[in-house]
Amino acid sequence: MQTSPPTVFVRNATLSFQGTLLFNNLNLTLRAGEWTCLLGASGVGKSTLLRLIANLIPMSTPDGADMTCDNAIPLASQIAYMGQADLLLPWLSVLDNVLLGARLRGKKLSPMLKNKARDLLIQANLRKALALYPHQLSGGMRQRVALVRTLMEEKPIVLMDEPFSALDTITRLTLQTLAAKLLKNRTVLFVTHDPLEALRLANKIYVMYGEPVTLYSPFDLNSLTPRDPYDTEVLARQADLFRELEKVYAGNL
Amino acid sequence: MRLFKRSCIVFSGLILMWELLVLALHLPSYILPSPAQVFFSGSENFSTLAAHALPTIIETLLGLMLGIVFGCSTAILMAIFRHARFWLLPILVVSQAIPTFAIAPLLVIWFGYGIAAKIITTVLMIFYPITSAFYDGLRQTDPGWLDLAKTMQAKQWQIFWHIRIPAALPNLASGIRVATVIAPIGAVVGEWVGASRGLGYLMLNANARMQIDLMFAALFVIVIFSLLLYFSVDKSLRYFITWQTEN
Repeated sequence: MQTSPPTVFVRNATLSFQGTLLFNNLNLTLRAGEWTCLLGASGVGKSTLLRLIANLIPMSTPDGADMTCDNAIPLASQIAYMGQADLLLPWLSVLDNVLLGARLRGKKLSPMLKNKARDLLIQANLRKALALYPHQLSGGMRQRVALVRTLMEEKPIVLMDEPFSALDTITRLTLQTLAAKLLKNRTVLFVTHDPLEALRLANKIYVMYGEPVTLYSPFDLNSLTPRDPYDTEVLARQADLFRELEKVYAGNL
Repeated sequence: MRLFKRSCIVFSGLILMWELLVLALHLPSYILPSPAQVFFSGSENFSTLAAHALPTIIETLLGLMLGIVFGCSTAILMAIFRHARFWLLPILVVSQAIPTFAIAPLLVIWFGYGIAAKIITTVLMIFYPITSAFYDGLRQTDPGWLDLAKTMQAKQWQIFWHIRIPAALPNLASGIRVATVIAPIGAVVGEWVGASRGLGYLMLNANARMQIDLMFAALFVIVIFSLLLYFSVDKSLRYFITWQTEN
């Protein structure tokens, strides 16, 4: 069913936006089956980099990026995308929203596919919400539906753009744990501005700053994810990460 | 339904004021008949009114349906093809800028005294509200939905069919509501210029014979038909389009 996750290489990404050079020969590697978290101030270009990889940015001539992966399958066809907004369609029920990808591609909605969707929704604790419509759900439930919709794509690479940033703290922690479980062993790029979120989920953290953008990894994380929010490593690293981010936000790194 | 009740209350209040005004000013019935006179005239001429209401109703409904079909197809063409937009937008604006009253006589010359000219007048009047409302809706699809669909490897027509059209339906519904109110006017205007049947024809005829009470009775039939049409269209739109596209 699902192919084994590839390593993704972004090389020499160059991108200008309204006259400013955002990326200048930027390189990033997403290691196979691992979560890579991108941290940084708002507007620094985290989402732009993610959208670039998702092939959602139309490139002009001087812009470009060499994006490859270490299997022979085209990159764009291996990617699932999850945004900050849940992007649920208000005219479809929860179950039909989850089946959106199949519906869009004109695939027949077989009983097998529907059962799979149902099973995943139940795993995400949405058993009672199957027939409900998005406006009847809480923010946390909506984001869980969006997560299941992402899973239904069965893609080895998942790009997530601040997916839980609009949720309250406890709901966010629950969803992080759920996402980490359900998206284990996929190549994930996770954009966030929450250091705790990055420390709970990441195998590799990159901090992004400057114009044009520089990426660096402040330290390595080796323990298994998802880490508890009160895990000693998480707490110790959180202090480090706060210091790094303070420096970056002040612009004097 | 609350709106319906309110309309009834406002309506009866206006009728009461009218009755009092006629009583107070001693107006002769060929200037302004009282509501009671209008009512009696209406019941006296019930079969005449019914016979003339039927063509008006048919013209309105057919005009409305055709207008929706043309309006939707134009909006879809404009949303899909840049060139269609380029050439159709002026036509759309002109369709609204030309006073339908002014070209209605021309339509009668071209399409005769029958039902066709009236349907075309109606279509002309409602074409713009429907097309512009639907086109606006088609243009304003949440870019997040389009991005999501693109990453799901959907083709443009699949995105159009599964996302852009349903997302624009609430806008189309507002356009249809406006059109529903205007459509009977289109039919009646068509009848004014040249017809041998219909409520517009009856009104003009009664007016010429100083049967102002009958004219008002015909007017009331139009109003009641318009209200019934609006509320049934509104109700079915609400039934089918339960969502609001605003995320």
